[in-house]
Amino acid sequence: MSDYIASIGLEVHVQLKTRTKMFCACPAHEEGEPNTAVCPGCIGLPGALPVINREAIRKTVKVGLMIGSRISLYSTFDRKNYFYADMAKNYQITQNDFPLCIGGGVTIQVDGQPKTIRVHHIHQEEDVAKSTHLDNSTEVDFNRCSMPLMELVTEPDMANADEVMAFLTTLKQMLIYADISDCNLELGHMRCDVNSSVRPAGATKLGVKTELKNMNTFKGIQRALHYELQRQIEVLRGGGTIAQETRRWDDVAGVTLPMRTKESAPDYRYFPEADLPPIVLDEATIAAWRAELPEMPAARRARFVQEYGLPEYDAGVLTADKAIADYFEAAAKQAANPKAVSNWVMGELLRALGEQGQDITAAKITPAALVALIGLVEAKTINMPAAKEVFQILFENGGDPAAIVQAKGLAQVSDTGAIEGFAAQAIAANEKVAAEYRAGKEPALMFLVGQVMKLSRGKANPQLAAEALRRQLKG
Amino acid sequence: MNTSLHELGLLATAAALAKKEVSAVELATALLDRAAQVEPKLNSLTWQERDVVLAAAREADTARAKGDTRPWLGVPLAVKDVLSVNGQPCTAGSKMLRNYVAPYDATVIARLRAAGCVFVARTNTDEFAMGGSTATSCFGPTRNPWSPARVPGGSSGGSAAAVAARLAPAALGTDTSGSIRQPAAFCGVTGFKPTYGRVSRQGCVANASSLDQIGPLARSVEDAAALYQAIAGVDPLDSTTSPRPVGGVLAAAQQARDLKGLKLGVPREYFIAELAPELAQLTRAAIDQCAALGAEIVEVSLPHVSASLPCYAVLGSAEASASLARYDGMRYGLRVDAPELMEMYDRTRAAGFGDEVKRRLLFGTLVLTSRYHADFYLRAQKVRTLIRQDFLQAFTACDALLGPVTLTPPPRLDAAPDSASARQWGDYCTAGVNLAGICALSVPCGFTADGLPAGLHVVGPAFQDELVLRIGAAYQHATDWHQRAPTGLE
Ligand SMILES: [Zn+2]
Repeated sequence: MSDYIASIGLEVHVQLKTRTKMFCACPAHEEGEPNTAVCPGCIGLPGALPVINREAIRKTVKVGLMIGSRISLYSTFDRKNYFYADMAKNYQITQNDFPLCIGGGVTIQVDGQPKTIRVHHIHQEEDVAKSTHLDNSTEVDFNRCSMPLMELVTEPDMANADEVMAFLTTLKQMLIYADISDCNLELGHMRCDVNSSVRPAGATKLGVKTELKNMNTFKGIQRALHYELQRQIEVLRGGGTIAQETRRWDDVAGVTLPMRTKESAPDYRYFPEADLPPIVLDEATIAAWRAELPEMPAARRARFVQEYGLPEYDAGVLTADKAIADYFEAAAKQAANPKAVSNWVMGELLRALGEQGQDITAAKITPAALVALIGLVEAKTINMPAAKEVFQILFENGGDPAAIVQAKGLAQVSDTGAIEGFAAQAIAANEKVAAEYRAGKEPALMFLVGQVMKLSRGKANPQLAAEALRRQLKG
Repeated sequence: MNTSLHELGLLATAAALAKKEVSAVELATALLDRAAQVEPKLNSLTWQERDVVLAAAREADTARAKGDTRPWLGVPLAVKDVLSVNGQPCTAGSKMLRNYVAPYDATVIARLRAAGCVFVARTNTDEFAMGGSTATSCFGPTRNPWSPARVPGGSSGGSAAAVAARLAPAALGTDTSGSIRQPAAFCGVTGFKPTYGRVSRQGCVANASSLDQIGPLARSVEDAAALYQAIAGVDPLDSTTSPRPVGGVLAAAQQARDLKGLKLGVPREYFIAELAPELAQLTRAAIDQCAALGAEIVEVSLPHVSASLPCYAVLGSAEASASLARYDGMRYGLRVDAPELMEMYDRTRAAGFGDEVKRRLLFGTLVLTSRYHADFYLRAQKVRTLIRQDFLQAFTACDALLGPVTLTPPPRLDAAPDSASARQWGDYCTAGVNLAGICALSVPCGFTADGLPAGLHVVGPAFQDELVLRIGAAYQHATDWHQRAPTGLE
């Protein structure tokens, strides 16, 4: 592939997290029976008019602010005309001439180096209904019709599938951070059209592009791009030319297939939407919306290193997910030792979440409980195996760590008398190992400590056990 | 009193009900009986259910007996068949919507319902309000009450004819290029097209969203002002409505007795060769009457008037091509099944739409294609700006404009609907008002030798609705043209 360069641009459709739909008062969720969250507006009854959802505008502008776009003080809606069963009005209200956000960029990491993917613009629009194709018919659910979407259009700045993945991951992280969207790919919250072209290395003019429509999994985009770029290169290598066309990804066959050529592309006949006035924003409003923006992942990562003394690696892992970062920070603020919190979050907490396939909201352990648990370990009230047991209980059921330790009798035995007794028993039962230790074989002590733990049924403070053993073996 | 209940105008009806001189049921019965007599000849109504109307009237009477004193309780109104009334058909005069029943109230209807009105009938319209004759309706043509061989005008021809024929004290219509004013002039009633943004369009079957406006047709300017005041004002469901207060329009109209201190402009471009001499004469006489009432009359110019019809043809059709795209057989209305989706669309729309609608949708689609967008659509937008500037310029020299509403008296039905000249000249005097988004009134100003009514056009700047109604009211207080009623309809 090294003799060809690829240029990839994305059109990313993101469903915004709002209470109501883009142009009517219907609830913006897809739960419930099909065609129940509908009204005259979103099923296109005669006479119904659209009304702009200001919250959607606010969210889209905030995305523009996050990526450094110029925010349009004046922007307008247009009608995009085409007939299809998932369209209530047979035109989509979108922005063609004057979009909300212009320019900007998203910085990704490529081989440890920053690379900025330029954004052409972001515009606001409404979703279409959801079609389910059956054997002999198609079911259309208008619950999704007129859901608020923003469409972010990039320049063709990405050179391969890895950069596309990095871009989408970074964008998704930012959108979740600022509470713009849940970005649930399974629910179709993020859908991409992928434009790609290849050209011989050294050529400056971009090659003819194809468009892959409606890709809704990252994995699918990655596979489709690998296939499509290779296909284009092979066509060029064989002396052929690329047709400018729209293609679709067949996930089962693992190939892209032509959908329609440029010549048969629809003429959308855009013109201004007279039912909606222009969106006029002022600097004060934009400033207020800017002030609502949360800290972005990269900035937070740097701050975690500085403020909590975390290693870069820890800060990166913790800030990858805003909810995890929030959880960590809530705990770290109360903890004497933030690094210990980081170890617990990155270790036990992420493991437990991973095993359950849950996100942090499902965990019953509060940040305060985690801090209390760490305190019990540091005060040597419980040992590590016991702490992990308590953690599992807290994770599943919540509660107070001290109470759980008490109820389960998990407190370490720090009573030196009892430990001396266990040590004596351990030495008596393992004379051979004791002799090895006395002969200078230090690791033998660990075996004896293990025996003491066993005799104490795990409750002995291992440090005290080691001290008692040493003393008795010396004597 | 019973024999002439149908003669009562809107405010008179409300007063009679309030004073309990008449019950809502008596009134509704009188109107239903009148319709039964007149409709075979007129065909102005597309729907009227005796039981439904009487039940609503009975409900109003019951409410009044319980102490309800809402000013319009039991007042009967007719509604153009493009405005949604919950539970009533809303056909837009089209086969496409012949089986469609509106499941919600338009904002204007909700306001009138809250005021106590009873919606007694739906009135005929050109299909999807496209036309100037009410002859393109799937319910067949409406006849002019003054001369049944002639058209009532359109597209609100059913409303104008019903009000003229005393089937309702007043009616709602819509005006996209003259569809309230032209039928009002042809039928000898008062019709008002409010400033764009004054009256909510929510619930009005869209023709061209940037031009459509709902307004009253009534038997006097006072009645029209009262109905306008009841429906006007900002609506959160129509983002193009203006938050400016509507004001005491009715009181202003009731008090108007002279036109002292007003400068009224007469655009010379309205008095072209195509203007029927009789109408020119009647208009001149009305202008003289205004001068006699104290107005200073000045000549002004609207240089781009002649461009308003082609401009309207392009923009109106372009907007309509999108507005009517929703009628596809998928969710409601007519469906002609086919094995493939696109074929179902084709068959449904071929069967559901009439010729005039098809002509406009095809033309509107064409002018928006990337090939013709710049030459037609964008150019027409520029012309629209010129037309708007014409009016702004004229209003620097005067407070309002006077002129004819139509160039001819109502044409014969057999000559009207499809004639090229009707399309070329039909809305010559009126379409510019919609393109400029301003307000205008048509008031009866006399009759031709054949006994056909003529209308005086009063055109005002944006949001000077009250001024226009005041001018019309002062004129009507000095004349009695609006009190004449057609005869021989029974
Ligand atoms: Zn809705």
